[in-house]
Amino acid sequence: MEVGKIKIKNMKNEDFKDNEYLEKYVEELRANGVNIVVAKLNDLINWGRSNSVWPLTFGTSCCAIEFMSLGAARYDFARFGWEVTRNSPRQADVIFCCGTIVHKMAPVLKRLYDQMAEPKYVMAFGACTISGGPFKKSYHTVMGIDKIIPVDIYIPGCPPRPDAMIYGMMQLARKIKIQEFFKLPKEPDIVEMNENQIIEEKGGENE
Amino acid sequence: MNNLDSIFSQLPFAEVVNKDNIVAVTVPKDKIYETLNLLKNNNFDYLRDIVGMDYTNSLGVIYNLSSTQKPEYLLLVKTSIEDRENPYFDSVIDLWDSAMLYEREVHDFFGITFKNNPDMRRLFLRQDWKGYPLRKDYDDNPNINPVPLENEDLDDMEQLPQIEVNQDKSFEEQHSVFQKEEYVVNFGPQHPATHGVLHLRVSLDGEIIKKIDPNFGYIHRGIEKMSECYTYPQILHLTDRLDYLSGAINRHAVCLAVEKGLELEVPQRAHHIRTIIDELTRVASHLLGWGCMCMDMGAITAFVYGMRDREKIMDIFEETCGGRLMANYSVIGGVMADIHPNFQKKVKEFIPYMRKMLKEHHILFTGNPIARGRMDGIGHLSREQAISIGATGPVGRASGWSNDTRKIQPYAAYDKVNFTEMLRKDGMTFDRYVIRLDEIEESLKIIEQLVDNIPEGDFTAKTKAVIKLPEGEYFQRVENARGEFCVYIDSRGDKYPYRVKFRSPSLTLVNVLKHITPGTKVADLIMLGGSLDYVIPCIDR
Repeated sequence: MEVGKIKIKNMKNEDFKDNEYLEKYVEELRANGVNIVVAKLNDLINWGRSNSVWPLTFGTSCCAIEFMSLGAARYDFARFGWEVTRNSPRQADVIFCCGTIVHKMAPVLKRLYDQMAEPKYVMAFGACTISGGPFKKSYHTVMGIDKIIPVDIYIPGCPPRPDAMIYGMMQLARKIKIQEFFKLPKEPDIVEMNENQIIEEKGGENE
Repeated sequence: MNNLDSIFSQLPFAEVVNKDNIVAVTVPKDKIYETLNLLKNNNFDYLRDIVGMDYTNSLGVIYNLSSTQKPEYLLLVKTSIEDRENPYFDSVIDLWDSAMLYEREVHDFFGITFKNNPDMRRLFLRQDWKGYPLRKDYDDNPNINPVPLENEDLDDMEQLPQIEVNQDKSFEEQHSVFQKEEYVVNFGPQHPATHGVLHLRVSLDGEIIKKIDPNFGYIHRGIEKMSECYTYPQILHLTDRLDYLSGAINRHAVCLAVEKGLELEVPQRAHHIRTIIDELTRVASHLLGWGCMCMDMGAITAFVYGMRDREKIMDIFEETCGGRLMANYSVIGGVMADIHPNFQKKVKEFIPYMRKMLKEHHILFTGNPIARGRMDGIGHLSREQAISIGATGPVGRASGWSNDTRKIQPYAAYDKVNFTEMLRKDGMTFDRYVIRLDEIEESLKIIEQLVDNIPEGDFTAKTKAVIKLPEGEYFQRVENARGEFCVYIDSRGDKYPYRVKFRSPSLTLVNVLKHITPGTKVADLIMLGGSLDYVIPCIDR
């Protein structure tokens, strides 16, 4: 499948400007060919997945206000099936990382990401989450959240307009659409530990 | 002020400098408590801020006081200590409730400890942070404080170091905020109802709140330190990101402070435009604050309505300023660009629209029996408490404390307009709720008076390419949507400031939460937080 053939309902294909990344991704995915049955099944599942992405409400600063605008009546991302914002990471498919991440917040973001179920995506909103943005000279800002967690979509702006956010969402929908569902990373195996192992894991603090 | 002379006659050791309503008093370090105690008893009952200073060879603090009876006077009480290894001052937490968080902030940034303050944890930075970032000799090498990449437990706040200074050396005593048997629930940092990344540890008895311990710093970006290596026009861009809901007003404060220093004549046209933009920002902020508070009580419709009306203002901003949320509009000497040809027309359309919608908001929510049932009779904040905590803005005015900077010390075009300072008496949650809607009405009145009378002329004064502020201290306070926002600039005649301090009105509002929540239900905590309408990035800076 070529990038030109990925159809999503909400936006015309020729309106997308940034295709290089997806083209490369498709090439990688399709290198060995795909079984026709699996491919059809993939298409069906991805159709469902790309039209009901549930974001985690995660806003730290200014971009969160634009995210609220996105959720309100005028921009209304419910039109695209993204409306069910979840407050628990366990129920969310994508983190909308709205706002600067600093040293103190970094472990929290990492934890939220770890708690999400596979397949999961990350969207970096605004200059701060991409590279530190206006706080490049700061001692306490993380210079880009990709230092902590992998990022799928970068949306520049300070803060990005809700329209730009919608464009980013549509790009993510395209990405979801071309993925091979059955080859995506699975949940990590849960290893049951007995009490002694737990104590070892914690560094023997109970001794 | 005759009163001041009589006070200072009791303090023979104080050096007093009086300049433009700002009185600077320098006292020796061991007399600081005595001085402040005397001033407190002589009507200087509002501690605005404590500014930590690094004078390179010594460390100091500046207490910024005002009297609620004569709020136009500012008093800066300064003291310093030469010992950089173990600096300490006497704590003033028994005089003002607001001092607790201010002292912790100074401790966090400068390593200055306050004797008798039982809570000397870091306020913003991680407890294991190495170094004191606002000291001039701070090493910002990222290898000293690497980014923690691992998911970790939030239990790093358990121990409280209390500092007791002995004759020759200091020792630390550890004790905890909460007792072992208390039931403590973490609320935040990632929680949709905390209005940002605020972390509250709440001790519960059933569903009754016993005690609250707020933790900040999850969005601390170090704006004050960054300002020290930026030029003045560059600093302006950071101020918008402090309290992003009243960004234009914060930026106005820095512009005014620098203009005062440069003795720059700002065109009247710029003053008028800035005032209109400020008031539009205030309306937008109050609408969002109203919507969020209603959403905290379960009324999502109100939130959607608030956002809908706010979009009208965003459209006006977008045409004139180029940005939606971040107006980035004021510059030193005026505004960045002239207003859009549609500006006046659109603003004039907006005013009757907003009045109509305000009525609708009142019908939808203010008179709603369910909403009144939630709001009535809880969250009482008395006037004395509000002053002691330093809760300015709509929260203070809902408790009957008249503290509107637009009236006390009119700046820009506020002396040319008629408006009433909204005051209520009871200090309940409902008063804090309804005062915001009343203030929207007042803001509309201000805009109405100004929008037709924008004088012709330049929209900005000519400034030099490199702005060097003459040596001295500059201080400007403005009324932003949450209260009194102050900027303090210490300049050494360079193009970079020596020290910049922003007084965040939201910090004291979180402190209010500590005082009004004990005894209420945990479900009300969210609503009380909504009624205070704090913005966390403004606290953390």
